[in-house]
Amino acid sequence: MPAWRPSTGHIRLLCFALCAIPLGQAAWWIASAQLGVNPIETLTHHSGQWALRLLLVTLAMSPLQRLARWRWPLHIRRQLGLWSFFYLLCHFAVYLVFDLSLSLARLGEEVLERPYITVGFAALLLLTPLAVTSTRGWQRRLRRNWKRLHRLIYPAAVLACVHFIWKVKVSEPEPFIYLTVLLVLFAVRLRRA
Amino acid sequence: MSSKIPQLPRSAITPEALFWDRRRFMQLAAGSLASLAAPACLSRAPEPEPTATASTTRDGRVDYADGEALNSFEDITSYNNFYEFGTGKSDPARYAHTLELKPWTLRVDGECEAGGDFDLHQLIATLPSEERIYRLRCVEGWSMVIPWRGFELGPFLQRFAPTDKARYVAFETAVKPKQMRLSASGIDWPYREGLRMDEAMNPLSFMATGLYDKPLPRQNGAPMRLVVPWKYGFKSIKSIVRIRFTASEPQTTWNMLQPREYGFYANVNPTVDHPRWSQARERRIGELFKRDTLMFNGYAEQVAGLYDGMDLRKYY
Repeated sequence: MPAWRPSTGHIRLLCFALCAIPLGQAAWWIASAQLGVNPIETLTHHSGQWALRLLLVTLAMSPLQRLARWRWPLHIRRQLGLWSFFYLLCHFAVYLVFDLSLSLARLGEEVLERPYITVGFAALLLLTPLAVTSTRGWQRRLRRNWKRLHRLIYPAAVLACVHFIWKVKVSEPEPFIYLTVLLVLFAVRLRRA
Repeated sequence: MSSKIPQLPRSAITPEALFWDRRRFMQLAAGSLASLAAPACLSRAPEPEPTATASTTRDGRVDYADGEALNSFEDITSYNNFYEFGTGKSDPARYAHTLELKPWTLRVDGECEAGGDFDLHQLIATLPSEERIYRLRCVEGWSMVIPWRGFELGPFLQRFAPTDKARYVAFETAVKPKQMRLSASGIDWPYREGLRMDEAMNPLSFMATGLYDKPLPRQNGAPMRLVVPWKYGFKSIKSIVRIRFTASEPQTTWNMLQPREYGFYANVNPTVDHPRWSQARERRIGELFKRDTLMFNGYAEQVAGLYDGMDLRKYY
């Protein structure tokens, strides 16, 4: 009896469903008034956390494909990256609307004066062209340069970890766990090179 | 009552209250009080904008928060910083129940003549208590409006007869390894705080033993915690077991941890930012958008004089 193998379509659908869970969670919290005492802070943390987690998952896909000799990780890599970017946009939007009351002057001030904002904003700027050029059309148009451009994901991930570490009041383990995962992923990659 | 801040006699305003809705009544009372308070507080002129002039609410609380809406008991008791029980905001509410409040010994020592070890509950029972509504501004950029019950700090400290050498007063939180998690890394327990004596003697400095007509919950610093509303929340040390009068500036926990970020004074000041984030604005719990932070958290009239001639950028 031939083993049932999920198709690429199934895997992508599963990936979509899993990545949408944090969004669904947030929607449920909003609808049922379960965002806690400081709702904006809850949304900011939640979206920021998932943007960073999914960024790391995205980065883990090609080592996973190589080490485990599976093909499916490459089929969901783009989708994972876009989900990460989606949560990043949510994170930024909550900050811009509720923390800065949509004032671009305040945003400029914060980006210039607050190092944790500077690096967070830099990560957003680095990831934006990657999200825009994630389509096949752009991949063809940019050819070899597409790969070069998309290496920006590495500095962006480092900046995202630094952003988190600089924000917390005393050293908490969570951002350092992410940084460790990132360094392990780097090490795997460098060993091959 | 030894408060130096003038208050409208309750008898004079209660009938008025029947005719106005609470908010309008509060504004009216605050306005008329501003003119009464002006000479006593050495202010230049009564100001219509937020001032920290006290007035008495219908339920007998003295309002030092300009009639702003109170945060709910639920908000105040489920969103706390009390690192002995964990660094998460909900950790204190989750884990502080293990703290045993009885017996509770308060040690008073250092530069004073009437120090010693006291049964805190007996000590508190002899003191007249009052209710005060204060704003509380956390260094992290959020704030609440809280009705405390307790007593003024100054007269309480005078009971222990501090000597002429006492220029500062230091406070310590309980350290109970079996009852507290004490897992936050890098902190050298006990949690320590301190005030200059003139700050401690300011009529706004308060010791809280209750919240919203209830005994103070553990996550809020039971059985007794300091409340200094013009300073960032971390100065308002919780679950105090020791008070020490000193000649020199005592060490304080956050200053020991990160001296560049947290000074001894820690006065709320929108113009002096935390090195990593702005202090110009704050999120009042219950509001979606941030609002401007007030100088000395809105208590400039009562406390600005304490810092005359001091560079507040240097003494942050």
